[in-house]
Amino acid sequence: MLGEGILKGMAETARNFFGSYVSKERLTTVQYPEEREPVAENARVFPFLVYDEGMKDGERPEWEAGLRCTSCQICEKECPPKCIFIEKSKDKKPDAFGKAQYYPVRFDIDISVCMSCQICVEVCPFDSIKMDTQFELATDDRFGNLMIDVQELAKSDSYYHSIHPTEASAIDQHRAETKVMLAAKTKAAAESAAAKAAAAPKPPEQQAGQGA
Amino acid sequence: MFATLARNSDQIFILLRDWLLAFLPMMLRPYVSVLLSVVVIVCFFPALFALTVIFERKGLGRIQNRLGPNRVGPYGLLQPIADGIKSLTKEDIVPTTANGFVHFLAPVVLVVAVFMGFAVLPMGRNMVLVDMDCGLLFYFAMGASTELAVFMAGWSSRNKYSLLGAMRAVAQMISYEVILLLSGLAVVMITGSLSLPKIVEAQNHYSYGLPHWYIFTPWGLAGFVMYAIAATAETNRSPFDLPEGESELVAGYHTEYSGFKFALFFLGEYLAMFSISGLGATLFLGGWSAPFSFLTWVPSWIWFFSKLMLSIFVFIWMRGTLPRLRQDQLMNFAWKFVLPFTLFNLMVTALWRFMGDGWLRWAVCSALVAAAYVLMARVSMRRERFAPRSYRYAE
Repeated sequence: MLGEGILKGMAETARNFFGSYVSKERLTTVQYPEEREPVAENARVFPFLVYDEGMKDGERPEWEAGLRCTSCQICEKECPPKCIFIEKSKDKKPDAFGKAQYYPVRFDIDISVCMSCQICVEVCPFDSIKMDTQFELATDDRFGNLMIDVQELAKSDSYYHSIHPTEASAIDQHRAETKVMLAAKTKAAAESAAAKAAAAPKPPEQQAGQGA
Repeated sequence: MFATLARNSDQIFILLRDWLLAFLPMMLRPYVSVLLSVVVIVCFFPALFALTVIFERKGLGRIQNRLGPNRVGPYGLLQPIADGIKSLTKEDIVPTTANGFVHFLAPVVLVVAVFMGFAVLPMGRNMVLVDMDCGLLFYFAMGASTELAVFMAGWSSRNKYSLLGAMRAVAQMISYEVILLLSGLAVVMITGSLSLPKIVEAQNHYSYGLPHWYIFTPWGLAGFVMYAIAATAETNRSPFDLPEGESELVAGYHTEYSGFKFALFFLGEYLAMFSISGLGATLFLGGWSAPFSFLTWVPSWIWFFSKLMLSIFVFIWMRGTLPRLRQDQLMNFAWKFVLPFTLFNLMVTALWRFMGDGWLRWAVCSALVAAAYVLMARVSMRRERFAPRSYRYAE
């Protein structure tokens, strides 16, 4: 009959109207600044730089001493909108594996240009640059505060663990394996050097002649 | 004691006015009396409008399982003040090619025409500004002139959306004006008067504690439903909000209005809702009379305004439920179903009038109305069924 559907619809909206006062499931609104939902683990907003905690290198602050970035500048080159600006250091500092590496004296990301594509993260061979979940970056100074420098970008490994636990543990495992491998390699190198050194003294002229 | 209190609270506004008038010389009293009533109407209904807007927004929110505005003040109750300040401080933009004078005049004409309707509405016992013998006619005349304002707005803006919106509005409002009039006519046929206070008086008696409102008769119920449909279309409310359908026409006839002029259109729309709901209550829901005889001690104006707000709530409820009609559906519905049914209802009303008291007229009229409703809906709202499209290709 004509009008039946209208009555059904009115009943449905009435159920919504009164139900929203009774059941919490109906009212899905999260009142954002006061209440907030936990950020999903896979969320990604803008990149940040990971540093390892507890590293020491002379007078350097902890974040700089532990910075994984070796300023290889791959991310700068790969960045599609070209929002990363890196300046390589003149000197070197030891990285987490004990090897002397360059580090960035300047590492700026212009977040007004960044499109959150995560390509920098994918190309980084040092697991240094990762995606952050911090999204409240609005600012009233569009020239200063949208260019984020290395000190602001540097965030600890434990922070990385807190935002992306699964990914961070996988990377930790990989880094531990690398460390073992590197240790084995240096050990093997040292052993072979030692063996060579042991074998070498007998015929020094011959060896030298061969080498020449 | 109690009876005096009830009577005084019922007549409180009249007593207040008379008390104020007593301070004035006799010569001025009639003029100031009218002026006072006008000022009260002009202040009270916009205040009611502000309240309605916030409750509409919250109600629609709840219907859609949202919270609605809740930031300004406790529970968002100060939202209308914020909205008012916003619309007053906004820039008033007039398009360079618009006809400035008509563009300015349109919202003013709209609000004035809508306010005129309140002049004849009895809002309580003895609470009517002008007790006209032809009040209903005056009301419809004033209601019809809002169409002029709408078309002025659409035409003077020199904008295709405005013009399309205005043309839709005029087509729709004229079509439904007929229905509005004819459904109100049934009441006039029974009452024998065009005076709205007399129409209320005619419904203000009780048998077995129940009122003799016209909605409780077969023709009255049918008339009321048709009146409600026409009133929704007349005030451009959803599902008949084609003239300002924002998904199609930006904002329809008030696309080119901003700031306070837009606020006036908004006000005019809601005032039209109030006045048409008030008229509906007067014609079919017994105006200011109480729903049960044992509640007659409650002031009459409370009953009038609760009926009015109830209608407003139904308006909001419908807005939250129904999607917008298409132009052809709108016209088909008006001319093919609502108008014939309203005309038939007039005949049923006449039958009711001349069959005299007794159960027979109840049975006959109810059966006629129900049968007509089912049959007319079947016949005139029949959906055209098209066969699957077939194509013939060249050999």
